[in-house]
Formats: sequence, structure tokens, C-alpha cells
Amino acid sequence: MNPFSSATRMRDMIRAIRGCKTAAEERAVVRKECASIRAAISENDQDYRHRNLAKLMFIHMLGYPTHFGQMECLKLIASPGFPEKRIGYLGLMLLLDERQEVLMLVTNSIKQDLNHTNQYIVGLALCALGNICSAEMARDLAPEVERLLQFRDPNIRKKAALCSIRIIKKVPDLAENFINPAAALLKEKHHGVLLTGLQLCTDMCKVSTEALEYLKKKCIDGLVKVLKDLANSPYASEYDVSGITDPFLHIRLLKLLRVLGQGDADASDAMNDILAQVATKTESNKNAGNAILYECVATIMSIEDNSGLRVLAINILGRFLSSCDNNIRYVALNMLMKAIALDCQAVQRHRVTILECVKDSDASIRKRALELVYLLVNENNVKSLTKELIDYLEISEQEFKEDLTAKICSIVEKFSPEKIWYIDQMLKVLSEAGNYVKDDVWHALIVVITNASNLHGYTVRSLFKAMQKADEQETLVRVAVWCIGEYGDLLVNNAGVLDVEDPITVTEADAVNVVETAIGRHSSDLTTRAICLIALLKLSSRFSSCSKRINDIILHHKGSFVLELQQRAIEFNSIIQKHQKIRPALVERMPVLDEATFSGRRAGSVSAAASTSQGAPPKIPNGVAKPVSPPLVDLLDLSSDDIPAPGSSGGDFLQDLLGVDLSPASSQGTNQSQKSGTDVLLDLLSIGTPPAQSSSSTFDILSPSQGNKSSANVLDTLVASASPSVQSSSMMDLLNGFGTSTLVPVAETDNGPTALTYPATVAFESNSLKVTFNFSKEPGNTQTTLIKAQFMNKSPNIYSNFVFQAAVPKFLQLHLDPASSNTLPASGNGSVTQNLRVSNSQHGKKSLVMRVRISYKVNDKDVLEEGQINNFPRGL
Amino acid sequence: MIRGVIIMNDQGKPRLVKFYEFQPMEKQQELIRSIYRILCSRAENVSNFVKVDSLFGPDVRLVYKTYATLYFVFIFDSSENELAMLDLMQVFVETMDKCFSNVCELDVVFNFNKVHTILDEIILGGQVLETSSSQVVKAVEEISRLS
Repeated sequence: MNPFSSATRMRDMIRAIRGCKTAAEERAVVRKECASIRAAISENDQDYRHRNLAKLMFIHMLGYPTHFGQMECLKLIASPGFPEKRIGYLGLMLLLDERQEVLMLVTNSIKQDLNHTNQYIVGLALCALGNICSAEMARDLAPEVERLLQFRDPNIRKKAALCSIRIIKKVPDLAENFINPAAALLKEKHHGVLLTGLQLCTDMCKVSTEALEYLKKKCIDGLVKVLKDLANSPYASEYDVSGITDPFLHIRLLKLLRVLGQGDADASDAMNDILAQVATKTESNKNAGNAILYECVATIMSIEDNSGLRVLAINILGRFLSSCDNNIRYVALNMLMKAIALDCQAVQRHRVTILECVKDSDASIRKRALELVYLLVNENNVKSLTKELIDYLEISEQEFKEDLTAKICSIVEKFSPEKIWYIDQMLKVLSEAGNYVKDDVWHALIVVITNASNLHGYTVRSLFKAMQKADEQETLVRVAVWCIGEYGDLLVNNAGVLDVEDPITVTEADAVNVVETAIGRHSSDLTTRAICLIALLKLSSRFSSCSKRINDIILHHKGSFVLELQQRAIEFNSIIQKHQKIRPALVERMPVLDEATFSGRRAGSVSAAASTSQGAPPKIPNGVAKPVSPPLVDLLDLSSDDIPAPGSSGGDFLQDLLGVDLSPASSQGTNQSQKSGTDVLLDLLSIGTPPAQSSSSTFDILSPSQGNKSSANVLDTLVASASPSVQSSSMMDLLNGFGTSTLVPVAETDNGPTALTYPATVAFESNSLKVTFNFSKEPGNTQTTLIKAQFMNKSPNIYSNFVFQAAVPKFLQLHLDPASSNTLPASGNGSVTQNLRVSNSQHGKKSLVMRVRISYKVNDKDVLEEGQINNFPRGL
Repeated sequence: MIRGVIIMNDQGKPRLVKFYEFQPMEKQQELIRSIYRILCSRAENVSNFVKVDSLFGPDVRLVYKTYATLYFVFIFDSSENELAMLDLMQVFVETMDKCFSNVCELDVVFNFNKVHTILDEIILGGQVLETSSSQVVKAVEEISRLS
């Protein structure tokens, strides 16, 4: 009976299964077969046992359970005939795994077969052992396998070699027994045995340093010679593949040399010549030749440095990149990725070729090439590389645009040499692939734009032009509308035109048109529309000619089904109609957003802090309006239009107080503004609100909006830092109280006689400013420290709007009294003092620490200084 | 190390499945299906290598080739040379061609345990055993003679 032609019934079964039209039919056939096989097993049918097992293997391949056949494998292996054993071992490898206890039962049979007189049976046993050997079996059978490494027949030797690999992987301790016989295999002439011997040695080096040392000492010269003979052998043996003599042997040799040469200068030296020879002489027009070259490159990269060889290797990879075979390009890119860490310069030389691969038709090659290009970018080549990538963005496939956009944005942000270039590139990206740009990227762009005050006009005009061409790109629309809202006046009056610009004429109506189109587009999402509404509010005060029309557009959204938009529309409408006087202040231009804060926030707790602003636009779209602006508007409503003091009062107070501008933030409402807004809020939150907060009307206003915790806290803090002694019951009093700053601080209890004395400390000093702290303790209260801060102006200019803020960790409570003045005389001619009261709940365990922020105006310019104070005297 | 060898037809039916690291049967079927999905979605004229670390762990790749109605798939980790795997697949196919004289899908279906024997003479325990197809044919013929 010929087992390969499968007994008739085996063929019948396969035919029956193949004939099945549906999966259900197939299941029925298999179920029937399994039932009859089970029956045969329980009858202990010997004649058909191996045929049944063969069937089970087929059934197993199709994915049906076959565990009931496991014992049959064991019985077949134990039977004397070769055909039974063959199927038995085949089944053992396919149906069982090393974790099953059944396997233990087979160890003895395998042992007998390893000692069998029939070498084919020995071969079967070795093959099975090499595939499924467990640690126990490895210990039991290692001596047999070791002995078989010297068997007369090469077919057994090579199987024994690979079997040994499995054994030493399972039980690394056994490796030392194999060192000598394995090293002996390296002298074999038989290619198959040599191949497996090399493999065994390579794996042995991985598990045993002893083996590694031994081979380094004894075998390198021999291996180099073997490789040399092989490389020079003109004879095409049966092992050649498409004209290349035994590429597999080449590769195994190179691999073992790599393992031996790694971290060993002498060994590396010994193989340099042959590596150079292989790298230069091997034909590269066939896959087999390229496989050798590729392995050779890997070895050159891994062994000890030889810069000449490395350049040669990287040049080979460069040549691979222009190959027309996708596989060659693919592996070359992978290898270059590793090579870049070793010799960036050499890889840079192939930049142009790599850039071509970014445009490859094969997606996996494109992706790798793009990653490689990304690694190659530096200050010198950023402009040309970015240009290439952006040009390609226009014609790239849709599914590649997302990756490409992300990488371009990242490159532009990281290496931008100047702001105008950054803005230009981002504009191009937004126009080409705005829908693929991530939120944090366009947020960052806005931060950069606000910081580039000389480019505001240029930016808004460029965006306006871009919008004409590509108004379907969501993020482009957002940034453009935001900028039109902020800098609409610069758009219309063409202020600050740069030389490079083409002049354009835009009327106020044109600008409003653009925003109106954007808000009306069906594809615009909530964030975009909210930004549009804010832009309109801002324009309403800037473009007097369009005020009526803008109000109509806003009114139109009073009926919006989206709550957020409806609320905004109603609020803005009321600002336009009822609060003419404060409107200019409310919609003032956004102040410069703090880049450092933004990037820190972006890099750091993006998920936590920024999620409210970025992650969940539907919940708090344009978050600012929600947490900050409604209370503010409420507040203004309450105290009615005329009362809260002249001109730019409300907003500016908050702005001065918080150092970051709430006024534009409140009306502005991009996510950035909220970001920096909340940032400050968060800083201030940690101050902790004074417990003696009176239930002023401020709270009544805020209490309905439970979600506005942060703003409530702002106001708490406001109350706290402005005038804790006043406990005013109306916002107006509060603002008046603060504005005049004439209140006598309650904590004016300077060093009493009983107080301990601490040395005065220079808490903060910069080129322009010096802050000195004088400490005292309140009698009978060790936890509380009174600090008298003294500010000294070191510059020759007067500082106005001087505001000092401080924040402390949670275990501290801070209480700030008003400063003695908000004007700091020049050149140290007089100073401003301010009293602070700090309660340390961890007194004796932790010492004081404080972050400070000082803002003031000098020569009409806003200055902000920040610092951390750690040098408090001990024991406070 | 070679992690597995799979032959399947263009309908996703497995014709030969050999894993060199044990995979429970359910997992095997799942892997076969996932690999089939990957292969189906490959465009023409792209490289033959696919990263499959999501299925097999870090740095595992597969190389595939289509011969008539059959996909040949080798799964291997970073210790193997990708291009050499391609050549090894060629050796495997050539050997089958010699054993079945112009191998076709039906030969593989009805002689799947002979195909296993051929494979076992080329790869053992995930390592390359023999790369000369004439040597493999000789060994397989000896075994057939004995059976």
C-alpha cells in the first residue's frame, strides 16, 4: 500500500469534502468521518489506524477538533513498521504540542527510534524531536542526539544538528556538551551538514558565552577560509540558485561571522577582507546574489567599525534602492533605517533616491521610505525635503495622505528655521490635506501665528487666498476663519504688506462672505461653526459697515438645533445689541499665546489637561466660551452695562490679574485660548480658595452653572487675591476695591515681638527685577508664615500694571494681599511691597515652595516673568 | 527562525499548514484567516514581504508568492534573511514540481502528507535543513520506497 497515494478511502473523504457546496455540508461530512474514526479507535482497529490518522490530519487542517486521535499517534510510533511510524510521527508533530502530558509517553519510543538500525527511522525520530521537543525530553535525549552528530550518513548528521538547536534552546545548560561536536561540523565538506552546523553554532553563541568564546578563538580563520573558497568557487554545484553558488551557505557563514565579530575588534579585523570581497564581487542582478549582499551588509553594519566597509555597505543599499524589484527596495529601506544610527552621513548621500521611494507605487515601501526621510531631516536640508514632500502631497494617494501629512507637520514644527517659512508650509499642507491635519497641529499653528506679530497681516491674507482655492479642507477653514476674526482689519486695509506678497483687495463684505460661507457649509462641523460665530462677533466691532449683516447671520443661528451654537448666537446677539460699550473691549484681539506653555502642555499631559479642550469638542466645543465666557457675560449682565467702570475694564482686570487674557479668551474661544486660559486657572487653582469666602452674589451667579468649576474658582481666586478683607457682596464693590487698591491689608502684622526671625531671602532675581521675601511667624501658629514681598525695579524704566501672582502645591494654602502699588519706580528708587500668608499643612515635613508669575508693562510692552522659589528658609 | 509555512488557495482554503511554534487549533484557523485577508488586499506589483507583528509578535514578517491558484506563505522572524526566504520558497516549489511533475493544487490536496514529508526534508524545527532540491527529492524518494 502506498501511503502517499492515500488509501482509497482517504481520497474518497477528501473528494467528499471538496464536493461540499456549503459549510454545513462540509461539517456533516467531517462529523460522519470523525464518528467512524472514533469507532475504529474504540475497536482498536490496527489495519486502518494509520489511514485514519492521515484523515484526521486533514480534518485538523480544516479546523475541526481531533484530540481523540492523539493516542493513536503514540500507538503508531510504537508499532514496528516504517509506514506506521511515518504517519505516527507526522501526526505527533501536527496534532500534539509539547505542553501535553501525552508527550511524555512518547519519549521512550523516540529514544528507541533514535537508536534504530534503519537510518530512515532515525531520521523520522530526529525530525519529530526537532519540532516538538520539550525541556524534559531534551534532557533525556540529548546524549542520543549528540552521538548522532557524528553519524556516518550526512542526512542524519544535519538533522541531528538542527535537533540540537531545539535542545539547547529548551535547556541552555546542555549547550556546553555540544560545543565540540558542533565546532567539528564546521569542517564538513557536505553543504547540507555545513549549513546546519553553522546554524547550530550561531544559535549556540546566543545561549552560551562559553561557546561564543570558544568559536571566536578557534574557528574564525576556518570560517573565513570556507567563505573565501565558496565565494571563489566557479563550480556550479547542485546547491546553486540561479547561477550563484549556494547562497544559503554564504548567508549562514556571514551570519555566524556577524555573531563572532560583534564587539570584537580582532575578530572583525580578520574578516574585513573577505567581507569586502563578497561585497564587491557578488553579482547583484539576481535575487540570490542580492540576498548574499544584503546579509553581507548586515554583517558589516554589526561588526566593529571599519568606516571604509560601512560606506561600501551603505552604497550597496543605495544601489538596492534603484532596483526595479520591490523586494530589494523593501529590504534596503529596512536596513538603511538601522544604518542611519551608525553613519548618518553615508545614508544622507542617498537622500534623493530615498525620496523617490516615498513616491513608490508600493504602499509598504512608501511608508518605510517616509520614515527614513523623516530620520534624515536636519536643519540644512529641511527646506528642500519639505518642498519635495509637500509637492508629492498634491498627487499622493488618498490613504497615504494621513501619514504623509503627519510627518510633514512634524518635520516643519521640529526644524522650521523661521516663522514665515513655518506658516507658509503649514498653509500649503492645510490647503492640500487640511482634512488629515490633527487638532494639535493646527492648534500649534495658531499659537505660532499669534506670536508672529509682524506676520499677522501676511498670514490672514495668505489664508484668505488659500480659502478661495481649497474651502473644503476643514482645518484650513478653521485657521482661516479664526485669523479673519482676529486680524480682519489687516486683511481689509492691507497693513504690513511684505515684499513677497501679491497685493489683494478685500472688502469688509468679502471677508464676512467667507465666514458666512464657512458657517453655512454642510460639511462644517460644530467646532468650525463655533469658530465662525466668534469670528463674526469680533468682526462686528471691527467692520462697522457690516455690523447689521453680521448680526443677521448670528441671529439666524439663534434657531440652531445645536445647543452650543444656539447659546452662542443668543449671547453674542445680546452683546452686539445691549452691550455696545463693552463690546470693543470684549472682542479685542487675542493676546500672544504662550508658546512654551502650549508646547509643554502638548508634550506632557495631553490626555488629561487638554482633553477637555481638544479631545471632546462636541462637549465643550470651543471650550472657552463655556467655562469662561458665560459667567463673564452673566456677570456683566448683572452689573449691567454701564456700571463696571470705564473703557476696557472688566476684561482688563481679569487679564491683569491672571496674566493671561480672559477678555479675548472669553469672547474669542479657540481651543488654544482655553488652553492657556485653563493653564493659568489650573495654576491658580492650586492656591486654594480662602475658607472665609463670603457668599457674595458672585456665587449666586455661578451656582447654576455647575460645570463651570474652573471659572468659579477663577472668581474665588479673584476674590481671594484681590481683597480678602473686603468680603464684598457685589461684584462691583469687588472690582472697585481691586481697581483702587487702596485697601489696608488685614495681615499687616509685621514681626511681632514673639515671632521667630528668619533671614530675608532674595526669592527671585532677573536682569530687570528683584524680589525679596521677609519672613515672620504669626504668634501661636507655627503652620502659618507671613511673607512680606518687596519688589525692586533694576531697569531704568518705570513698570506699570505691575502684578505679582503666586501658586503653591496642594499642601500649602496661599493668601495674597493687594500690593502697595501697581507701579514700580525705575532704578530701584522705591519699591512695591505685598504681603503673603502661607499655611503649611505639612509643617515640619515639607518645606515651602512656590511658583511665581510677574507681569508688568514697560514702555507699553507687556512683560511676563516666571520662576519657581525653592530657597525658603528651613522650618517654615 | 521560520515560524510557519502555509499553503492556501485563492479562496482561503488551507492546503498545508505547518507551525513551528505550537498554536492551538482555534488560533491556527484565526491566523490562516487573517493572513488570507492580508494577502487578498495586497495590490499587484508590490513587495512580497508583509510585516505581521500584530499576529505573531515583534519583528515577524511573512513572505508570500502566488503559484497558479495557490498562495505560498513563509512566516519568519528577524533572524532570517528575507531575500533568502524567497529563494527557499523557490526551492520548496521546485522540489514539489519535481516530485509531482508540474505540481497543481489537486496534487497538494490529495497528497498533503507527501507535501509534509517534502517540507520536513527542507525545514526542521523552523531551521533550514536542506536547500538542494535534488537532495530533497532523493530523500523523499527513499522514504516513499520504504513506505
